[in-house]
Amino acid sequence: MATYSTNEFRGGLKIMLDGDPYSIIENEFVKPGKGQAFNRVKVRNLKTGRVIDKTFKSGESVEAADVLDKDMQYLYTDGEFWHFMDPDTFEQVAANETAVADAKKWLKEQDVSVMTLWNGEPLSVAPPNFVELTVTQTDPGVRGDTATGATKPAFVETGAEIKVPLFIEEGDILKIDTRTGEYVSRAK
Amino acid sequence: MLKDIRAFFDARQVLEVETPILGSFGVTEPALNNMVVDTGADRRYLQTSPEYAMKRLLSAGSGDIYQVTRAFRGAEYGTRHNPEFSILEWYRLGMDHHDLMDEVDALLMELLSNLSLRGSKRLSYREAFQESLDIDPVLCSETTLMELASERDLLPEQSLSRDDLLDLLLSMVVAKTFPEDQLSFIYDWPVSQAALARVLPDDPACAGRFEVYLGELELANGFWELSNADEQEQRFKLDRQERELSGLPDIEADPMLLDALRQGLPECSGVALGLDRILMLRQGAATINDVLAFPWERS
Repeated sequence: MATYSTNEFRGGLKIMLDGDPYSIIENEFVKPGKGQAFNRVKVRNLKTGRVIDKTFKSGESVEAADVLDKDMQYLYTDGEFWHFMDPDTFEQVAANETAVADAKKWLKEQDVSVMTLWNGEPLSVAPPNFVELTVTQTDPGVRGDTATGATKPAFVETGAEIKVPLFIEEGDILKIDTRTGEYVSRAK
Repeated sequence: MLKDIRAFFDARQVLEVETPILGSFGVTEPALNNMVVDTGADRRYLQTSPEYAMKRLLSAGSGDIYQVTRAFRGAEYGTRHNPEFSILEWYRLGMDHHDLMDEVDALLMELLSNLSLRGSKRLSYREAFQESLDIDPVLCSETTLMELASERDLLPEQSLSRDDLLDLLLSMVVAKTFPEDQLSFIYDWPVSQAALARVLPDDPACAGRFEVYLGELELANGFWELSNADEQEQRFKLDRQERELSGLPDIEADPMLLDALRQGLPECSGVALGLDRILMLRQGAATINDVLAFPWERS
């Protein structure tokens, strides 16, 4: 069982606390004069996303969390799980709804996302910053219809709905920023 | 900054001295990590402060002395800590800790003149806890200390001693109430945290130790020095016992310091100031790395 001492604490370090994997966000070393030193850390629970503050007596050890990020290629979904493949080993892994969360709006077959795994179990999926998706349904834009702010709703192949400019038609391929869920431009 | 420091002490006729950075003995204090050097012929210790060497000079009749040097404290690393740091330490004969606080005040107001500080405030350790936590840190129970830490979500999983709890509350709660535009002098610490300060003649629960803060940043630590060799020896013994209980490496008590105390340390007070932190304040630096040519990770 690998351990880290508080002396090794830094942002990004993955540790185990109360049975859950956490990532250190901030680490503050506190020591009054010649007294006992403490590490006051802000940590994020990688399963729940919750951020909490914790105090450690300096010099103490904590269990390291077997957490790593891997590039995974999206294959398909059966509604209950989203199936990915490690492009290097061809091993398949199934992520549940909690792990894919909002990313499921942007997953296109063959696209590569970054998956965070703990002990081999998918914790979360981060889609690429930009995706190119085809418009599957949208009403034709009516010229002169500026009352709606010159955008209209459109559905893309993953089932997600986004606002697009009026000139966009079904079949167009769009570049979308997954971090904001917004249309960026038309893709070639 | 060093020019200002030298001019300050020149005007007061305090002699600048230089003492060895490597010593045959380390410090027994459990909270300090001694760095050990393999000299090829033996093992020596990098100083955690020039205190012992300077006290030997004082006992030999040096008179008032000051020194700008490097101190080394293992595993102390953070935004305000570098394991190797610069320290200004000085000793004044015939002064008690209150007199010395006046002098530290004068020096700091000069060194930090660009910050336009609103002067300083003095309060005892007990008053400081009374003001921010409404408890007497000397008389209250350990349970009360634990509750105070617990209700603020500050307790670690590991068990803490009474002094650990006081340290936790001081740095995480009390010091955070200290003003950013005024120096805070906290004096008369509980005797359990006396370090090398003498016990107050009229209050055996407290020792003549003081610390200076600006906001929550600790700048200096001073003592009305303990000159009784037997008492010092006893404190070293307790330190070593605590080291053993905590599984820390044993450190021998420095017999040369004890000899010097037996020779006779003149009545004096001494103080150590963290120069990197003073530089941080003068320059508005957010972390100690900004004032170091090469911080620990890059040296």
